[in-house]
Formats: sequence, C-alpha cells, structure tokens
Amino acid sequence: MTAAAPATRLVRRVPRIRRSKPMLTFCFLFLAALLVVVVAGQWLAPQDPSHQDLLATSQGPMPGHLLGTDQLGRDILSRVLAGAQSAVLGPLLIAIGAMLVGTALGLLAGYRGGRTETIILRACEFLFAMPGVLVAIVVVGILGGGLQVAVAVLVVLFAPWDARLVHSVVIQQRNLPYVEAARTVGLPTWRVMAVHILPNIAPTVVANVLLDFVSAIIAVSSLAFLGLGLPTGSPDWGVMIADNRSLLGVNSLAVIVPAVLIVLAASAMTVVGDWVYDSLASSVAGHE
Amino acid sequence: MRLAGFVAKRLVIAALLVLAVSVAVFGLLWLAPGDPAQILLGSRAATPEALAAVRAQYGLDHPVWVQYVHWLAAMARLDFGESIQTREPITTLLAQRAPVTVELALYAIVLVVLVAVPAGMVAAARRGRPTDRLLTGISTLAVSAPPFALGILLLSVLGAELRIFPVFGAGDEGWDRLWHLTLPAIALAAGQAAVVVRQTRASALNVYGKDYLTFARARGLSGSLVWRRYALRNASLPVVTTVGLLLASGITGAVLIEQTFSLKGLGALAVSAVNTKDIPVVQVITGFVAVAVVLGNLAVDLVQVALDPMVRKQVLG
Repeated sequence: MTAAAPATRLVRRVPRIRRSKPMLTFCFLFLAALLVVVVAGQWLAPQDPSHQDLLATSQGPMPGHLLGTDQLGRDILSRVLAGAQSAVLGPLLIAIGAMLVGTALGLLAGYRGGRTETIILRACEFLFAMPGVLVAIVVVGILGGGLQVAVAVLVVLFAPWDARLVHSVVIQQRNLPYVEAARTVGLPTWRVMAVHILPNIAPTVVANVLLDFVSAIIAVSSLAFLGLGLPTGSPDWGVMIADNRSLLGVNSLAVIVPAVLIVLAASAMTVVGDWVYDSLASSVAGHE
Repeated sequence: MRLAGFVAKRLVIAALLVLAVSVAVFGLLWLAPGDPAQILLGSRAATPEALAAVRAQYGLDHPVWVQYVHWLAAMARLDFGESIQTREPITTLLAQRAPVTVELALYAIVLVVLVAVPAGMVAAARRGRPTDRLLTGISTLAVSAPPFALGILLLSVLGAELRIFPVFGAGDEGWDRLWHLTLPAIALAAGQAAVVVRQTRASALNVYGKDYLTFARARGLSGSLVWRRYALRNASLPVVTTVGLLLASGITGAVLIEQTFSLKGLGALAVSAVNTKDIPVVQVITGFVAVAVVLGNLAVDLVQVALDPMVRKQVLG
C-alpha cells in the first residue's frame, strides 16, 4: 500500500516497454534531449542568443546561422536552444503549484466533508465554468507584471482540477479501516491527512502533475505568443513565433522550428503522462 | 415533478454562476493598477475637469456596491457603454467583430462533426490495428498541440511556403470568406476533433462489447447495418455532450486563432482591448463569453437528461 511499490514496479517495467512501444521510447528520448537543452541550452548555443548580426538580418539558413536569423540578425538556432528553459520552467512551476494547492484543498474537502467539502467543491465548479484561456489573458494582461503573475493566475485556474481529482480518490479512502484507526487513536486532522492518507493517493497526484504540465505548456506558450507574461524580445518559443511571424516566406524556419518544438514537447509529455497515469493510477484504484 | 425540481435547481445554479461571473467581470476595473477614473479617461488629457466628468459619468463617487448595481442594470439592458480608446459604442464594435468569430467557431464545429465522429468510429471498428494506432496517434498530437502553434504551422507550410491558402485576413463575403477561414478553422478544430475522436472511439468500444450488438451480428445483419443502427445510435450520446461543450470552448480558442491569422474577430478585439487597458470592452467580451459558457453547460445538462433515459434515472432517482 505504499507509494514506493508502484514506483519501483514502474522502473522495472521500463526496459520491457522500450521493446514494445517505439512511440513511448521516442517520447522519452525527446524529453531527455529537451531536459539536456533546458539545463545546458546557453552553453550549447553556438552564439549569444541576443547578439545582433546586423549584416545578416532576416536571412534563411546559411553557414554560421544554421536556422537563419531574425529581423534583428539574431541567430535562430541559438535562440531556440536558449528558449527551451522558459518553455519548460514556467509550466513546471504551474504544474507543481497547482498540484500542491489542489492536493491540499482536495484532501481537506474529501476528509473533512460537510460544509468544507461543499464550499471547496462549489468554488471549483465556479472556476470550471470560466473560460480558462480568456480569463488568463484578461487577468495577466490587465494586472501587467511578468511571469510570476502568469504563473499565479494559472495555478489558480489549474488547481480546481487537481482538487477534484484528489477529492475523488480521498473519498474512497476516508472510510477505510486504517483511516478510522488513525482517527480513533486521537491523531489531529492534519496528521491523518498528511501522514496517513496522502501516501496512499500520492501516485495519482504525481501522475497528474505530468498531465497538468502539458496544459501548462499550452497555456504559457499561448500567453507568450500574445505578448503576455514574458518581455518582448526574450528568447522564448511562443514569443519567437509572434515576433517572427512577419518573416513567413522569408525565413519560415524562424517560426516553424519553435512551433514544432512546442507541439512535440507537449505531445511527448502527453504520451509519457498517459502511460505513467495508466501505470500508477490504476494500481491505486485497484487497491491490490 | 422531480424533473421540474431538477430543471429548477439547474436554472438556479446557472443564475448564481452568472451573478458570480458579473461580480468578477465588474471587479476587473479595480484589478487594473491605477485610479479607475484615470483608466477610464484613456488617452485623453487628465485635467481635473475631465477626471471629474469621468467620475460623474461612471458614478465612481458612489459606494462600490451602488456602482455594481448600476453597472449590472446597464448590462442587463444591453447598454454596454463605449470603448475608452475609440469612443465607439461597444454594441457597434461587437456587431462588427462577432460575425467572423461565430463563422469560425461554426466552421470548426462542422469540421469536427464531419471528420472526428467517423474517424472515431473507424478507430473503434479497427481497434488495435494500424488504422486505429494512426488515428489515436494523430489525435494525441492534436490534443496536446497549442492551437496557435498548429495554426502557425499550417500557415507557414500551406500558406507561405506552398502558397495554397491565403495567409492574411478573412477575405470577402461568400466563397472567398470560406477559403480564407479554412486554415483557421482547421487549426481551431484539430484540438476539439482530437477530443471527439477519443470520445467517439471510447464510447463505440463501450457499446461494441454489449450483448445486443453480439445478438445483432448473430442474427446475420450486415456489418454496416450493425454499426449504423445499433452502435452509432447508442454511442452518440456522450459525443453529443462533448460537441456541445466544445462549442463554448471554441469561442475562447478563437481568441488565439484570430491573433494567429490576423482575423478581426471578437478574440482579436479582446486581445487589443487588454493591451490598451480598454476595460469596458474587456468587461463586455469576458462577460459575454463566460455567460455563453454557463448557458452552454446548462443546455448540455438539460439535453442529456432529455435524451438519455439512463442519465434521467440517475439524476431523478
């Protein structure tokens, strides 16, 4: 019944899957490569991503600029490599933030029940009824401010989904004997929730972080594309697509490469997330 | 009578949601950094007289709740006020911008229904085979691709490089409009279609194992007849629900798509209003979309109860 058991089984399953699922393997490899670029992108970049080569502006691929340059003569390849970081870090913060907030609320709602449960679930329903992308655009745009504001707003918009998921697994747990035992001994509520229930629902929570991460990649890059959440001109895939849109037909790669990378990153994460979710979440539902 | 009770409860919840939406939308003016009077003045010179005039016009000297009630009453009368940037009545702006957005959203839904539902059925019929894997793979790609990224890819490859489709604007009326809106509609439809393919496939597979289907086959009915008369009918309910919900999300998706394809619709208006801090315009569009989403959800809930005896039994006890 511990969280470690499904995790170790997951690790043991990896080699077998590599043989049987080429798609999954490809996604893992792509994400691994992405991770390397996120960590070491600045060093891998052949040039300073903000260096302006004014003698070679708006060029197609050429020696020295493998993916060409943008209107200011900046090297596209270097900007793409440097941009991996902002494509991944913001979404990561959002996924983890939403997981923390959502898990806390879901635990509280599921375990306490009664009025706490009603209030939390109603609040979630209210946020479900909101057009999420539009709310994010409006609030981030009007508040102004940088990535912090975008991250905070998206955590608020994402957390209810986590809260509802956690709530749904907690209510399966709350009447099990081990919870009653913990309560009978006289342990405080927070302790029962954090030390006894949480480890049993952890796999579901962790697996869901990956899927949240995908939604966060979509949301953050969309905001960046609209010029929100990141300063203009910063090396970010969404910002690059918006800035280089006028280069279509001149150096289309300046737009195509970042767009393909966003699509691939999100899709690879979905495939891996689905797989982890199926592997981990089913083991919780099954109660072995 | 239980049905009346259920409908009444849903209506009350929808009304409360709309009310909550209105409070949030009204609050946008206070969210913006700076003095509301200054913001509502827009680009005009901030003389004390001008500020006083704006305060009087918008009733900013009254307590906030009075302002809210007045604002809500004006909204309910469809008296939306004017844009603080262009001084045009917001009603006029909406009338100019709404057609493109609505056409785009409808075009996308038509594509979703025409392509995704058959694709989902095919995937289910050929489950586990290459066709199914291909369709499922494509839908995974489409569901996780941000619509703007997909749009820009279509635009750069089919528009800028191969020059098959126009890269800019909405074109003239009629066929030209349809031609111009094709790539945007595909970009908008892709993500939605992916959801519908998955949904159709799952619900067709769910139906597939049922006894009545086995029995229909055992009676020697042709494969296509079994699919059309027995499987499709029973599998369609969850799909109808999903399509209904997608209509609402289509409006928000259009925001990004319009920006990608330089279309002058409601979404582009919302984005430019956000960038110029044209709060009244932002409030009207946000409120409009949020209310549409609430009503869409309400309609889906009610339609589901009307169509599906199982759901009816579940909610009515």
